[in-house]
Order: sequence, then C-alpha cells, then structure tokens
Amino acid sequence: MSGEPREMTITVDGAPVRVREGATLLEALRAHGVDTPTLCFLENLTPVNACRVCVVELQGARTLVPSCSRKAEEGMVVSTDSERVRHARKLVFELLGSSVDLSNAGPEVARWSARYGADPARFGAPAPAASEGSRDHRHAGHHAAPDPAVAQTVAQPVKVDNDLFVRDYSRCILCYKCVEACGGDAQNTFAITVAGRGFDARISTEFAAPLTDSACVFCGNCIGVCPTGALVFKSEFDLREAGNWREQDQTVTRTVCTYCGVGCNLELHVQDNTIVKVTSPLDHDVTSGHLCIKGRFGFEFVQVRERE
Amino acid sequence: MFGAGGGTSSYREVENADVILLWGSNAREAHPIFFHHVLKAVHRGAKLFVVDPRRTTSSQWADLWLGLDVGTDIALSNTVAREIIAAGLHHTEFIARGTCGFEEYRASVEEWTLERGEQVTGVPAALISELAHAWGHAKNAQMCWTLGITEHHNAVDNVLSLINLALLGGHVGRPNAGIQPLRGQNNVQGGGDMGAIPNKLTGFQDIEKDAAARARFEGVYGVPIRPRYGFTLTQMFEAMEHGVMKSVWVIGENPAQSEADGQRCRKLLTGLDHLVVSDIVMTATAELADVVFPASAAWCETEGTVTSSERRVQRVRKALDPPVGARDDIAIIAEMAKRLGFDWGDVGAEDLWEELRKLSPMHAGMSWKRLEELGGIPWPCPDESSPGETFLHARLWETDPARRGEPAPFTVLKHAGPVDPITADYPLLMTTGRRLDSYNTGVSTRAYSSPNRADHPLYLSPEDAARLNVSADERVRVSSRRGSIETEVAVDPGLRPGLAFMTLHAPDRADANVLTIDATDPKAGTAEFKATAIRVEKLGAVTAGGK
Repeated sequence: MSGEPREMTITVDGAPVRVREGATLLEALRAHGVDTPTLCFLENLTPVNACRVCVVELQGARTLVPSCSRKAEEGMVVSTDSERVRHARKLVFELLGSSVDLSNAGPEVARWSARYGADPARFGAPAPAASEGSRDHRHAGHHAAPDPAVAQTVAQPVKVDNDLFVRDYSRCILCYKCVEACGGDAQNTFAITVAGRGFDARISTEFAAPLTDSACVFCGNCIGVCPTGALVFKSEFDLREAGNWREQDQTVTRTVCTYCGVGCNLELHVQDNTIVKVTSPLDHDVTSGHLCIKGRFGFEFVQVRERE
Repeated sequence: MFGAGGGTSSYREVENADVILLWGSNAREAHPIFFHHVLKAVHRGAKLFVVDPRRTTSSQWADLWLGLDVGTDIALSNTVAREIIAAGLHHTEFIARGTCGFEEYRASVEEWTLERGEQVTGVPAALISELAHAWGHAKNAQMCWTLGITEHHNAVDNVLSLINLALLGGHVGRPNAGIQPLRGQNNVQGGGDMGAIPNKLTGFQDIEKDAAARARFEGVYGVPIRPRYGFTLTQMFEAMEHGVMKSVWVIGENPAQSEADGQRCRKLLTGLDHLVVSDIVMTATAELADVVFPASAAWCETEGTVTSSERRVQRVRKALDPPVGARDDIAIIAEMAKRLGFDWGDVGAEDLWEELRKLSPMHAGMSWKRLEELGGIPWPCPDESSPGETFLHARLWETDPARRGEPAPFTVLKHAGPVDPITADYPLLMTTGRRLDSYNTGVSTRAYSSPNRADHPLYLSPEDAARLNVSADERVRVSSRRGSIETEVAVDPGLRPGLAFMTLHAPDRADANVLTIDATDPKAGTAEFKATAIRVEKLGAVTAGGK
C-alpha cells in the first residue's frame, strides 16, 4: 500500500482547513462542519454540476464554483456565506420552488430555502398544470410565449404504468441523478435521459414510451437517488395518497437480501409491520446503494403470508 | 479452492482486474450487483470475455462472446490451455513454485489444438486463440463461474478445468486476481461454512480425517461425533429409493419442484414413512408432508448471519414480526431437540455464533460485536485483531517451501459431453437458467408484480422456431425421455439453432424439471440441469395473450 495521502491547506471563511489531496471543496466543507446545500450531488454518483446550490466564492475565480466537483488546491481561499453566494443559492431555491413541487423533498430543502430567504411566490401564481403527456412531446423552439402574469411550472399528471414505482415529474428538478444511476454510474441500462431544451427539458424514456415498453429493468436505482420524491415506490405513493405515510412511525432495519449470494445489504423501511420501501446504504462497498429488481421489490412474499 | 470452498477475491478486486472471464455465468441477470463491479472494470478498460452457449445479456457487454456447445467446457479449457502453453504465455515461475502436476497436464492438453477445439466446442479457433492470449498476457485476471459450470454430470471436473487455467496464468493468490464461484443463494456459502455439507464439520474441517476437530466438537457438544461422511442430496434420493432413508426433514427447500427429474423426486418423497417440512410458505413439497412447521423468514424476521460469495459473514436482522404461529428455525430445532431429550435452553443466534467461534478456527476472530461494527468480515479471521482476508492463497507465492505448504495441483481432465443424447427423436438441446426478475421455483418472486416477467416459455432460436413453424406465444408440446409438458414459445435471437432454454421459475405453469435428467456428478452430487435432449411439437392452437 502507498503511504498516507498528502494533505494541503485551504482557507474557508477565514479559517485554515486541512484537506486530503484529491478531495473536493464540498468534502472539505463537510469535514469542517460547514452546512452546504446540495441537490444533484450524491456520494455514489459522478458530479454533474446541474443544480448550482452548492456554489461557493473562490478568490481569483470569475464565477462561483460548484463545490461538489471542484477539487481543493493548496492555498485556495473560499467564502461559503458571502452576499454573492447567498444570493445565488436563494435564486436557485426560488426558481425551483416556483416551478417544481418540493413538498416531498425533505426537511433539509425546506430549511435551506428558509435560510436563504427564498420567496418562490414572487414570480406569480403557478400556471395551470400541463395535460397528460403534453410535456413529453414538446420540441425546442415550438411553444407559445409564456404568460408573464403566472409562473411556469412542470406540473403534470403522475405517470403510473407499473406496480413497482411511479414517476411524479411535477416534483422533478432535473438533477440528472436518475439518469446517472440508470446509466454509466451504476446500472448501465440507459433507459432514461434528458430530452428537450430549456424549460421543456424533462426526463424521458426513448420516444417517451411507458416504462413497460422501454429498456427499463425495474431495478429502482433511480428511486434510490431521487432527492425530491419524483420517483417513489408505488407502496409509498399509495400510502401518501391515502394520507397514511407516517415516516416518524417507521423503523429502518439493515439486513442482507434473501436472493442470490452477492450479499447486498438492504435497509427495510417498515410501517405497521409492513415493508413500505427498500433502500441500500450508500457506503456499503458491495452495493454502493444500488440494488436489482429482486432486492428492491421482491419482498412481497413475506407479507402475503399475513393476509392468507 | 485448495481446501476451503470459497471465492478467492473480494468484489472490489474484480474492479481492478484487466481481464475478466465469465464462464457459464449470466451475472448480468443472476448476480446483477456483482455485475456492477464487473462493469466498473469494463469502464476502466478491462477486457470482458463471456463463455456461454447462449448469447446472454452478460455477453452483450463482452469484448468477446465464446458460444460453446453445451457440455464442452473441458474441451474449451484444454484448448485455451494448449494455446497458452504453445505461445509460451504460461506463468513458469508460479507453476514451478506453487503448483504440481504441470508436466502431466501439459501432455494431456497437447492434443487440443485450436482446430480440434473448434471442432468439438463449436467456438471458432480465432476466438479461442484470442481468449488464450488475453489470459496469458493479463496482469490480473478474474475467473467467475456459476451453475453453467456446475449443473453438469461432470461438475467437479468442469470446475477443476477452470482452476487449471487460473494456475496456468498465475491468477490466484495475488491481490486483484482470482477465481469466483458466484453463489446462487444468499447463504449457500454460509451453509457450507457451517458444515451443512456431508463431509465437513463447521469451518471445512474433515469429519473423517480430522480427529482433533472431532475432539473439539465432542468437547463442546458433549456427544461423540461419528467419523463418517453423510449423504449428498443425490445419495439421499438413492437411499430413499432403496428404502434405507425413511424419514426426511426438509428445511427451507422445495425439492418437489427444484429437483431434476421431478416426477421421480415426488414419487420418492411421497413414498417416505415420514416427511417433515419447515418453510415460510406452503410449498409444493410442504403439500406432500406429514408435518409442516411454519417458519419465520430468516432474512427479515430473525437475527443471524449469512455468508456471501466473497466469504463475507454479515448480519441479518429482524425487521418484521413473523405471522402468528411462525417460528424461528433455531427455535423449531431446539424444540425438536428437547422432545428428543436434549434441553438446550433458550438459545439465540448470538449464543450459537459464540459457540461456533470456539469450534471453527476460521471464524474465531469474528465476535458478534465485530460483525456489527465492521459491517461483515470475510473468512478466514483467526483472531480479533484480524480484518479477515480479502484474497486467499497468497502462500502459494511464498519462496520458503515451509510457508508455501501444499502446492496447488493441476488436474488432467477428459472431455465428456452431455449424458442425454441428441438424436432424431430428441433433436434439440434444452438448457436452463435464471431470469433477472425471478428466482428458482418462483415461490418468493411470484408474489411481486414484475412488468418484465416471462418465466415460463420455452425459448427457441429464430431458426428452430421457423423450422417448427411456431411463433411467439404459441403453445407447444415439449418432450424429453422422461416426460412431457405444454407451454408457450418465446423466440430468443441469443440462442443458436439446436439450443433451447427454459427457466425453473414457474413450475405450476411449465415444469421444466419434468424434462430434465437426473444424471449426477459422482463427486458433488449435482444434477445435469443444463443439458436435456428435447423434442418440440406444434399443437396448432394459439392462446390469447400468451404473456
């Protein structure tokens, strides 16, 4: 083995911080206890620099830099809470909050939005939701001029085309995580990608086909990385619709998948003695958080016994 | 391998290999998360070779797919070996130091020229040569196999033929190089480790030859351990047939549907004096039983451990309360022992584990606490300072003969094709395997709704489907020398003419094991699920919505 990785020193908000060579600014900030918002970043995926909420001000750089992908270099001077940084982050949360339903994006997003004083309502009342499927077929440059009196949104009906998971693209912030997990970062199935341009951009299967007619193998690795609840287990979706999703009453137990001999670790999310969701720990070196269809969805057989 | 049965490397090391050879393994579907590690290597530039009669979803990722005829694995391995040796690419230093039997082996493969190999295996000589040269030049090669190698009448010889190749290239006993038998069940590795094999005590200690181990077990158990091997599964069925075995307790297995030549198996089970089944659901086997113990699901309703293909012992934990009346396997066994006069008290998984650590040296360092803290530990782990070994057999590279120990032997192997002959009456060869969304006899996977499920058809090559004048979803009669079933057809361009495929996943709709042959390997007792001679007949009636 090689020796200890070399360390370097950067300055964060005036304080010196020791960083391992090769670490990103985000890793350095987190190790130093600086609460830094992220949406499109995940430890098990390649940074795509899509959301821009993790930007920091780097002395000598013309633009704000995304901390999730920028590698630390000796002597860097970084500001994480300057007016410029706060303003940029605020605007991102306002634009996303005005156009996307972030209500299931978790408490951190709400906290960050509040911290930066984001006011999504200032762009006006939301425009009416798109009809079913209409956003899936928009072409670049071919759409009516937006109505300046209302805020454009991605609101649209939920896509339910199978019994395992649903796609609620009213909640999609286009962070690309699902595309990466489905593609070269994990599953290598490439069933989905980003189609369209500008505000018409959306996650799509080939020719916007239903998942059941697409290349999808239903591993659910897209669900595992989705930060806003746009992609969720059908079981979670149904419980939420019924007003019976009670996260505070759920237990999460780590165990090993019952199927093949690879030894994937599962986190079973259980509510009322029923498995409602399955995840895998990001830091587990067998799965890196990713599972196959059997591991993620193949638990039903233990529960049908209860009903028999 | 070489004494203890287990994969020699961790999955992480597979990512660092520069050549990966999947032989008789469709890991993309049968071990999907292992295949993620393979793909990481592929993205880093590793070359992937897939040896499989079918052009599987794994082979679609391969640099080279070698579509051999079913049952010609030893012929192909011997041909690859001859080409490696002829090109001078074998690892002479490792062979001299860590192995024995090379000269006999070299002489035995001499007849396997590329031309002969092509003739016997159906794989073009140029492809065999390309694999041989890649294997010979590889810095770190990984060999992975699954049931495509072991579900044959000569399973052990097939495995030994792959080990020969690993030894030839020196691809064992070093970080990032190794051999991986990918395990089909979440604890098939652990079952063997725990002694649920006929010839070993827990920790691969030989029950006949290892007197010291027996003494250790006798000390802890307080009863004599007979120095006698038990029966393999195949021998058990033979013993049932001969009336020697009259009572059977089946725990968590569904042999009435999972065994080759299923009709014979069901006849033997029903002919027993007494059949007891422990299972979490009412399986076809449980339907035949005199007594059924409802069990809790080990992976989510009990505490315990399982061991994965990379020899890693990991904890399973209780997340759910089992249904009323269902009990932990440990409790069922302890209750049975009590009725037989052995009161073990209130035993739990942790107590049993701590007892096991005293008996099995390779588990000695794995305290329950360490298993929790480290998230699993690979064996061997001899003491509490050991992190466990990520790769095995480094000793074979030692220069000091005393530390090197017993050399790893090359094995001279003869090619022997499938037992069930292909004739004019039974002109197609049917092989079996898993599909991504389903598992074994489907008892567990049938309960969830997979949009891609197609677990019951007979898959035919486009050429054979055209010749038989049958189209997708059409019902046909499929017959072997043992039985006959009706099912629907699916057309798979990944199959070559003459090759058909079925899963075992939907026995209630199409029971492939009515067809399969119970020709078993005399050494391992595995049946030849992978090669059945069949005949397909058109029925004429097309069913509506065959999916």
